[in-house]
Amino acid sequence: MNINTFEQLHEICISQNKKIYEIAQENMAKEADITVEEVRAFTNRSLFAMKEAIQTGLTSKELSLSQMCGQDCGKVQKRFRQTPAIFGKTFEKIITYALATSEENIRMGKIVACPTAGSCGILPSTLVAISEDFDYSEKVQIDALITAGEIGRIISNKVALAGAVAGCQAECGTAAAMSAAAICQMRGGTVSQVLNAAALTLKNILGLTCDPVAGLVEVPCVKRNPIMAVLSITAVELALSGVESKIPIDEVIDAMEQTGALMSPTLKESSQAGLATTKTGMEVQKRVFG
Amino acid sequence: MKKSTLFDIISPIMIGPSSSHTAGAVRLGLLARNIYKNTPKKVIFKLYNSYAHTGKGHGTEKGLLAGVLGLSVEDRRIKDIFESDIAKTIEYEFQYQDNFKYHPNAVDITFIGENKMFISGESVGAGEIAIRQINDFHVKLTGKYNTLLIVHRDKPGMISQVSSLLQYHNINIASLFCDRSAKGQQASMVISIDGHISDDIIEIVEEIPEIYFVSYIKKL
Repeated sequence: MNINTFEQLHEICISQNKKIYEIAQENMAKEADITVEEVRAFTNRSLFAMKEAIQTGLTSKELSLSQMCGQDCGKVQKRFRQTPAIFGKTFEKIITYALATSEENIRMGKIVACPTAGSCGILPSTLVAISEDFDYSEKVQIDALITAGEIGRIISNKVALAGAVAGCQAECGTAAAMSAAAICQMRGGTVSQVLNAAALTLKNILGLTCDPVAGLVEVPCVKRNPIMAVLSITAVELALSGVESKIPIDEVIDAMEQTGALMSPTLKESSQAGLATTKTGMEVQKRVFG
Repeated sequence: MKKSTLFDIISPIMIGPSSSHTAGAVRLGLLARNIYKNTPKKVIFKLYNSYAHTGKGHGTEKGLLAGVLGLSVEDRRIKDIFESDIAKTIEYEFQYQDNFKYHPNAVDITFIGENKMFISGESVGAGEIAIRQINDFHVKLTGKYNTLLIVHRDKPGMISQVSSLLQYHNINIASLFCDRSAKGQQASMVISIDGHISDDIIEIVEEIPEIYFVSYIKKL
């Protein structure tokens, strides 16, 4: 059965008394003509690559091709060794891991585009940090990643996950919604809590533009990853407390689609406005590309 | 629009920084290599628009060359491909042009070797690609399916002969894209299939009268 909306997904989960990841892995297995175990093995391979990117990123100091980014992960690690973060250890890890992954990406390291390369640090940072600190098993981590993937898949049915089409709301926004869903699933959220966590996240990133300096996946993308990751956790805590999105998630995505369509093309990955055309943005553009 | 799957969302594992400008470039190179099949002496890449302007900051040239050399999107050698030994096995050249008739992320790849081949493609987003032209023919190849490329005379019944043969062997056609140079002249069929076609079936296709050329292009 094709699931194109979150309403359908919710209905099927309730009627079959299954979690989102169970439905998603069964459907993926059917689609690709493989077993559920093979779907989970594929997912585990992505999970492993995410952890590898974090580990590599934690120690590298190499700058990106433009020389703009690559050393912020080192800065936060150094500070956290001396001064603990306000929200504690897991919060430190999320920020650090998101930067580690994003910086790996811009120095041509190996990452998982989840859903895109520019947003690659968001989901792994929360998934891995929280799994480590709360001792979640590999099974639970795979369940969470499949849940996240299903959220991203249904969003992408309506909104192309590309900054050039719908702005950054579609890239980092979707990644944050996926992160919220994954963590809510991990923390034992119900199907509707998982969907609420994703909806609450998305509602707070609507209209986010894609205006990268010099057209590169660096400024503001790298630092947007840790900030989005933390935002997604706020949504999880709200959803797990029973706070509901007054606008159902399918309608939030309709709004996202409409907002993306109304957004000026100059703010959709064309670097013709916004941060890209600020005084400093233009200077960087000139320095990098002449 | 083809719908994404769960796998599309939680992958690919790739060398950064950009799915369209880096991973897409590698995949364009790889698919072009699968189409050309031979080892070229020289490759000329002509990058258009955004590929031309921001390619350098995204490793687009590195990706294209790595793909043509057979490296996958997650191969760490992409980063230093220009300094690698495998890059010394062929000659390559990059050209740049603005042409707004082309997709923002478009590239023409010309292979020069035992035979010459012109391939034009574009990176359509999230690492997805489309090859739009091979020599004189308009095609549509995404690298997602094993595909049969057939050049034949433009006359009635050619499509049905090929499709009946595939049906006989229980091969399902996922998509079919046809084009011709002129009425009654050369025509092309691009047939994407589910599963795989064995060599002996391809040989039977080759024997159909007035089929000039058959190439089996493996998916990525």
